[in-house]
Amino acid sequence: MKPARRTTIIASVLLIACLSGVVFTLGRVDRLRSGASLQEILYISSPKVLKRLSLGYEGLLADVYWTRAVQYFGNKHRGYVENYRLLAPLLEITTYLDPHLMVAYEYGANFLAPRPPLGAGMPERAVQLVESGIRANPDSWKLYNSLGFIYYFEFKDYGKAAEAFNTGSKISGAHPFMKIVAANMAQHAGDFGMARMLWTTTFESTNDKQIKYNAVAHLRALKVEEDVTNLEKLVSLYQETTGHVPAHLSDFVSAGILPGIPVDPTGHPYKVMPDGTIQVRNPDDFPFITKGLPPGYQPLALDFSKMKLETPR
Amino acid sequence: MNPRISYIAANTFREAVRDRVLYNLIAFALLLVGAAILVGQISIDIERLVVINLGLTAVSLFGMLIAIFIGIGLVSKEIEKRTLYTMLSRPVRRWEFIIGKFFGLAGTLVVNTFFMAVGVFAALLYVSHHLQRPDAWLLVALYFIILQFLMITAIALLFSSFSSPLLSAVFAFSLFVIGNFAEDLRGFAAMAKGLTRWLATGAAYVLPNFSALNVISSVAHGEAVSRQLVFYNSVYALFYAALALCGAVLIFERRDLK
Repeated sequence: MKPARRTTIIASVLLIACLSGVVFTLGRVDRLRSGASLQEILYISSPKVLKRLSLGYEGLLADVYWTRAVQYFGNKHRGYVENYRLLAPLLEITTYLDPHLMVAYEYGANFLAPRPPLGAGMPERAVQLVESGIRANPDSWKLYNSLGFIYYFEFKDYGKAAEAFNTGSKISGAHPFMKIVAANMAQHAGDFGMARMLWTTTFESTNDKQIKYNAVAHLRALKVEEDVTNLEKLVSLYQETTGHVPAHLSDFVSAGILPGIPVDPTGHPYKVMPDGTIQVRNPDDFPFITKGLPPGYQPLALDFSKMKLETPR
Repeated sequence: MNPRISYIAANTFREAVRDRVLYNLIAFALLLVGAAILVGQISIDIERLVVINLGLTAVSLFGMLIAIFIGIGLVSKEIEKRTLYTMLSRPVRRWEFIIGKFFGLAGTLVVNTFFMAVGVFAALLYVSHHLQRPDAWLLVALYFIILQFLMITAIALLFSSFSSPLLSAVFAFSLFVIGNFAEDLRGFAAMAKGLTRWLATGAAYVLPNFSALNVISSVAHGEAVSRQLVFYNSVYALFYAALALCGAVLIFERRDLK
């Protein structure tokens, strides 16, 4: 064998061996350091400093920070972690670097506002984020819509929600539902119908699949909560009349109270429990419900993969 | 154009192509395609923005690096290889040599930017499936990037006319960084008093202002760029490039090449 060829073979073998060694040792190092500690670091927390360091390329840096915020939220959310310490700073940096990155305000507020494990449980920070978005983008009715949502669903402050929807409805190009929502808010705040209207219009006014899935999940949850409330009222009426709790919902059908056995949006019949409460068969199918759950049930992380994009009737 | 300047410019362009400078286009294409696919999977709703931001940032940074690292060697390489003496022994004036080199490198950068721009628009078409009217503002951002290249090429040539390649690279890159803080420098000057104020204001005007030429973030959101900004930025960049070239010619005319 020629010396040059021998050198080539030895160098190639060594290269592959060293590459394998690098991969192996890095794997070991990663195992020694916890994943959480790697992600819980924000090396530069000042948005102003970051903007200066970006040398004018802050748009790209904002995209990087937005992706980081999405990944941070996703990892925490999947891991059922309730502490989202870096989420708000990541979103603030993102929106400082690019004040017109609407997706960061809209989704960011959705990440921040809901209670854990569905969100970070920081509705105040969500309001701050959306308000800063409104200051930077005063012509965006969608941000007023987000603000109204937070006040309506997280704070149950229907006055402020109505104010947000009303202000947003005056912006040129605003979806017509903003005006209707604002008008009906005073009379129907807190109703299932009002909440259904909000989520239905969200579904209809967006082309984004994730937002559509989220709206459908909320609409299904509303349907379940309304059904459970109504059925529990029927159970207590039935109990008052007969002196016992119905063993099955078919008892209502036999008694002529209901035309058929009521089913949840996935088509499964509801269950009557011995204490008279109503439960869904598969709570995992309804990530946003607060009624109809077995005691002590912990909701799973959101997974829209099995959901169909149809609004429930 | 003066035929001697055209000849030097054409040779500089040919030399840059022979140096495989345009190979960066392959890296650029891979970067764009990779980013478009990756971001689609790991982020939400910013595929289009990333293609624009990453595309234009890469066009700008790749071009800046080419301008600096080729620009600094334009004079020193000719001295090192002793080809400068052959050239100057013919009826070629020193200023013609500097101007020719400038146009040669500027031409290389324009060609490079053209191909990168085609890549950005192709990636945008792939991600969005169609181009929109506001995407036309990307052309303005690309034009401003070319103006930046003209300025930095002239600056690199200025340093190359009297300094070593390494120091020229350090000086040119430093000016590029400082040029992005030019508006802050003006802000400091406004806050200072007395002599410091005069010095800071002087520095703010003498140093290049690259920040006004960067409209990537706003065009990524489809925001329009005013005609006045296009006009004044064009005039500013041309004045600044001419200023640096005049400096380079003045120094090179007096430089002892023995």
